[in-house]
Amino acid sequence: MYSYDAFDHALVNQRVEQFRDQVARRLTGELSEDAFKPLRLMNGLYLQLHAYMLRVAIPYGTFSSTQLRKLASIARKYDRGYGHFTTRQNIQFNWPKLQDVPDILAELAEVEMHAIQTSGNCIRNVSADQFAGVIADEADDARIWAEVVRQWSTLHPEFTYLPRKFKFAFSASEHDRAAVRFHDIGIIIKRNGEDELGFEILVGGGLGRTPMMAKTIRRFLPERHLLSYVDAILRVYNLIGRRDNKYKARLKILVHELGIDELSGLVEAEWDRIRDSDLQLPQAEIDRIRQHFMPPKYQPLEDDPAVLSAHRFENATFNHWVATNVVTHKQPGYAIATISLKPIGGVPGDVQAGEMDALADLADRFSLGELRATHEQNLVMPHVKQANLFGLWSALEGLGLGTPNAGLISDIIACPGMDYCGLATARSIPVAQRISKRFADLDRQLDIGQLKVKISGCINACAHHHVGHIGILGVERKGAEYYQISLGGSAAEDAAVGTIIGPAVASDTIVDAVEALIGVYIGARNPDERFLDTYRRIGLAPFKAAIYQEKLNAAA
Amino acid sequence: MPLLKSGKIIDDPWVCWDDDPDSDPSVGAVIVSLKQWRDSRDRLLARATPLGIVLTSEQTPGEIEADLKYFDLVALDFPVFTDGRAYSNAKRLRQRYGYTGEVRAVGQVQRDQYLALHRCGFDALVIRQGETEEDWKAATRAISTPFQPGLDQNPTAMSLRQQRMMAEE
Repeated sequence: MYSYDAFDHALVNQRVEQFRDQVARRLTGELSEDAFKPLRLMNGLYLQLHAYMLRVAIPYGTFSSTQLRKLASIARKYDRGYGHFTTRQNIQFNWPKLQDVPDILAELAEVEMHAIQTSGNCIRNVSADQFAGVIADEADDARIWAEVVRQWSTLHPEFTYLPRKFKFAFSASEHDRAAVRFHDIGIIIKRNGEDELGFEILVGGGLGRTPMMAKTIRRFLPERHLLSYVDAILRVYNLIGRRDNKYKARLKILVHELGIDELSGLVEAEWDRIRDSDLQLPQAEIDRIRQHFMPPKYQPLEDDPAVLSAHRFENATFNHWVATNVVTHKQPGYAIATISLKPIGGVPGDVQAGEMDALADLADRFSLGELRATHEQNLVMPHVKQANLFGLWSALEGLGLGTPNAGLISDIIACPGMDYCGLATARSIPVAQRISKRFADLDRQLDIGQLKVKISGCINACAHHHVGHIGILGVERKGAEYYQISLGGSAAEDAAVGTIIGPAVASDTIVDAVEALIGVYIGARNPDERFLDTYRRIGLAPFKAAIYQEKLNAAA
Repeated sequence: MPLLKSGKIIDDPWVCWDDDPDSDPSVGAVIVSLKQWRDSRDRLLARATPLGIVLTSEQTPGEIEADLKYFDLVALDFPVFTDGRAYSNAKRLRQRYGYTGEVRAVGQVQRDQYLALHRCGFDALVIRQGETEEDWKAATRAISTPFQPGLDQNPTAMSLRQQRMMAEE
């Protein structure tokens, strides 16, 4: 993984001191809250319902056991003993004190971490496929290119006060695990007919109150032009993106209002002037960054060792866990293991400090000290010997982190909702917990199969409800919580924005409504058909009938 | 309001031309708006003293591209400090149009922006009462090695890494 050199260390440490000065000026009152707000946001510090919240970047989701231990220590020392993994491969602390934040940042800097650009109207933490570098189907390790963009975008003087936040995501695979079609710039790394490496550039994706899928602005961009091209997009956006209404300020609105062809013309004209400038990437620099992402020293091993088969045969729960949470590694004899942060009835994405320490130890023992954070709020051990999977799982079981539900109905994305967030209009976490408990039975979950449930507590859609196979949006009506359901969304390569099924349902019926949807699916599905596929085949009507019929029955 | 030019606080030699049509723009260095420039172009060009123009964040240097040769100063306005258009406009002035006169930041400017202003090609700014040359010095040195090319001539981490690698070979 990437390790800092003297320049990275200097930048991050200097940024801490810069922010320390800003906090000091806020505490003396020299800076008003209004003046401080944009400054703290661009360094990841929010003011929430009850306290400040600090969002720490995990660039493209890759981090080390050392870094996780530091996060645990920060959770204990400055917070209430836990952290929350988010949908953009960040981790949030919900209870820091303002005067402690500079010290927290200084401690993070010791382990090559920071909170730079995890919020604010700037280029946010760059995200990527959590399996980058270890999955067989990739054209290249997406993290190399995410790192190139991370560096270029860090403290960018021109693009720090954009019309609105700006998010990049990278994928190098036909299977989109990074939701690239729902980012301001989504980049798909691919090879062209001549086997040259380059990028398909998509622009204008986003969720929030106006969900839109990104459109391709360039089919194939040679690798050396990556920075000049995105610089051109950002300059055009910075100059003509709307600033009159924050809800119409994202790049997606510009794409929608201008049309992709006109925007493309403006970007290409800008790019023509800068493509051969000092933004062009020297091959030596690409090579230098690639060097940081060379595969670790794997041992020569065979796939499917006998010991794995034996344990799978002997232990049904382990066998389930392998089936749901383990993915084939590009290196024979190794595996990629997802650690679900969605225990039945738990808070999606929350991890206690003690669990962080234990996971760090397990990463050292079983995964060459490396971990990944996923946009689905889970963690990954990317380099596990297949022969060690049982040992890893047994240890996880001991910690309560062995839940075999990756991709299943209880693997729910939920935002913090009204339990924490000042923007929320309803709670999300308790709904996730209730659905998770209702469908706790593993056999039933496996029978239902892949199902992405995503629950947001307001229209800002932090939990990506628009792209849930079942999306749930909390709304407030006359002081009560209601939940609007949408179906058929997907953030993957079969991307789509879900369709709202009908009027929002009351909080006490939302779980029954989900149950009714599942009932329709089970009754109508073809063999090997996922919920999403059945929905797309049979349409909204039967699902709608099931929900509102039940409601009618209940009322009668 | 004090003026900070190339890191030094100086007396501002420029005045804004007020809208009174009878006032005389021929005395001293005068800054006009885009509208004044368009309305009184000939009268302003007949002057012998320096001429500057101020653009709002809605206006772009592209609108005066052909006229830039007449201006010794282009001022770019920050209506609020979170409106970042002027950074791109300053960069375009310097890079695309090769403008070498003074590029001045006016409006809502505070020391937390100094570094970005400096790196985007501004060389003058109207600063708040109480802010000092030391603030400028500290702000523009806060980050010693930038991670992307800028107009401050400070070499980037990428270029320094490349130099180092070549030196090692």
